[in-house]
Amino acid sequence: MRPTSARFLNVLVPVKRCVDYAVKIRVNPDQKGIDLNVKHSMNPFDEIAVEEAVRLREKLKDAVKSIKVLTVGPPKAAETLRTALAMGADSGIHIELPETAPAPEPLSIAKLIKASIEKQSEPVDLVIMGKQAIDDDAGQTGQMLAGLLGWSQATFASKVEVDEANKLAHVTREIDGGLEEVKCKLPLVVTTDLRLNEPRYASLPNIMKAKKKPIEKFKPSDLGVDVTPILETIKISEPQKRVGGTKVGSVDELVAKLKAAGITAV
Amino acid sequence: MAARLTRLRVIGLYKDLQRLGRDYPDPSYDYNGRMRRLFEKNRHLKTEDEINQAIRLGEFIKQETLALYTLRKYRHLKRMYSDPPTPPPQAQQHPNT
Repeated sequence: MRPTSARFLNVLVPVKRCVDYAVKIRVNPDQKGIDLNVKHSMNPFDEIAVEEAVRLREKLKDAVKSIKVLTVGPPKAAETLRTALAMGADSGIHIELPETAPAPEPLSIAKLIKASIEKQSEPVDLVIMGKQAIDDDAGQTGQMLAGLLGWSQATFASKVEVDEANKLAHVTREIDGGLEEVKCKLPLVVTTDLRLNEPRYASLPNIMKAKKKPIEKFKPSDLGVDVTPILETIKISEPQKRVGGTKVGSVDELVAKLKAAGITAV
Repeated sequence: MAARLTRLRVIGLYKDLQRLGRDYPDPSYDYNGRMRRLFEKNRHLKTEDEINQAIRLGEFIKQETLALYTLRKYRHLKRMYSDPPTPPPQAQQHPNT
């Protein structure tokens, strides 16, 4: 008889549809937004999160009962869910916002994720998400979610080991100046850093299979969350253009220029 | 019978490469056009060995393209999101001296 796990793990991976990393961002003439009529794709850190969830299942096998992916966004965000499903998730949750709605803020997203978790019929044990989105670089949602839920959190994870029998996880975090190892009790919110893993490419057969996987649709009002922004964007401007460097002719010239710039010998 | 199997493999490979080609970073490099011409150049192949060799080359190109995409994305993210290297510790003057 195969021994059964003490608990089955339910994993939730929130993902975000952002402007693609390769797109050159252009600020709108009104300086309140950027040109959004460009290619969008899944946030790279969220791809790493989905990959980690799938690898966790490959390692723990039946102990991972379900991997659900969740996204908040306009109808087109369903494509991002399909990509995540093609990478190996089981089902999706799409919290739909109208096409013209302003971009939701991290606090609203955290509240929506919390409400979704509470609405699930089975308790969620592990939330894995990207550390920040590449379009707004807020880096707040994971921490806010852990705070709202009262769960442990392990952010900037570069290695995650789950001990599902003891409901623990050992996470190595990337911090300024090195690595930190933390032992966390489940349920846990993990945010992924770049070096956690390399996301797989969803092959065509997996994409075909993903079309059949279920996606539940909700509206923020179904979950009882108000997504009106509380922050107002005053101005968006491009970073200053780099001033070109100059070439110096000799070492003496270099020393003279350094002195002029106020740098003295150590 | 064997012809149908290889035909399916080749068509699958073509579809995979076509999907990859859509994301090619340089828009002036006609990935899908070139790929199609390469496939058409080999349409006359008859022996199993030749066909398998051609399929292996196609798979190799697919792996190389995938590696290109992953590296490009990783390098971009590393440039944007890695912390700058910490400067070596300097001999500090004690504040009381």
